[in-house]
Amino acid sequence: MALDQSFVGRSYPPTTPYEVGREKIREFAEAVGDANPAYTDQEAAVALGHPDVIAPPTFVFAITFRAAGTVIRDPQLGLDYSRVVHGDQRFSYVRPVRAGDRLSVVSTIQTIKSLAGNDVVEIRGDVRDEAGEHVVTAWTKLVARAAEEA
Amino acid sequence: MTARISYADVEVGTELPAQSFTVNRATLVQYAGASGDFNPIHWNEKFAVEVGLPDVIAHGMFTMAEAIRVVTDWVGDPGAVIEYGVRFTKPVVVPNDDKGAVIEVSGKVGALLEEGRVRVDLTATSGGTKVLGMSRAVVQLG
Repeated sequence: MALDQSFVGRSYPPTTPYEVGREKIREFAEAVGDANPAYTDQEAAVALGHPDVIAPPTFVFAITFRAAGTVIRDPQLGLDYSRVVHGDQRFSYVRPVRAGDRLSVVSTIQTIKSLAGNDVVEIRGDVRDEAGEHVVTAWTKLVARAAEEA
Repeated sequence: MTARISYADVEVGTELPAQSFTVNRATLVQYAGASGDFNPIHWNEKFAVEVGLPDVIAHGMFTMAEAIRVVTDWVGDPGAVIEYGVRFTKPVVVPNDDKGAVIEVSGKVGALLEEGRVRVDLTATSGGTKVLGMSRAVVQLG
């Protein structure tokens, strides 16, 4: 069943801040096998002009996707999560995420489309730091595959 | 930001050093823990097959994280990445053996933009299959 178009533009309240830890960044960088010193060595990060170690570009997805969960589980929207796959992912950075950031996300339903019976929902996550400054925006496109005919 | 590549030194078609990344079951377990994505299709073969997949598959976000390394290793400063997007076209299938799967990533400058920025177009394949589509990054060069 097609999702209700009137949900387009709906925003959800800002999430409780996520505090970005140095060791969490290290853990993520190690998990993707990335030895770039900007992720683990504060001096190296400072030499590049950053105040502290920075996170790999896709690190913030863990934060925005958790926030998007509120949208995905919104019973009024009625997305069938058991049939959802991740279609597209995009980020636009004002600055890199860094250790010590306290990041809050506002999720907004950007588009709802129906393609060949599949529901396609694009969720935008605007990420701000404690000072309210915009850090990054993430767009996550989820595809709920059409249910098979009974 | 301190990109070690200068805008003046690149043109449309400039190739970035290609890289290949190995992913096995242990890699996926480690990535699940680090990212908080514990979806069983990334570690439980029985579950993956039940939902119609050929085998355990890598997290799409893992592949996305590896592909951008071709860019960040090229420019040096990961903070030089201004935009990054991908489409997940096919899964990276990860067999339960000592070899796992290999993700091959290449990139080239697709367009010169304003303010010293370039668009890099990335290609990611595994086992000869394209696993990412529309994979592009906008990078601030020095």
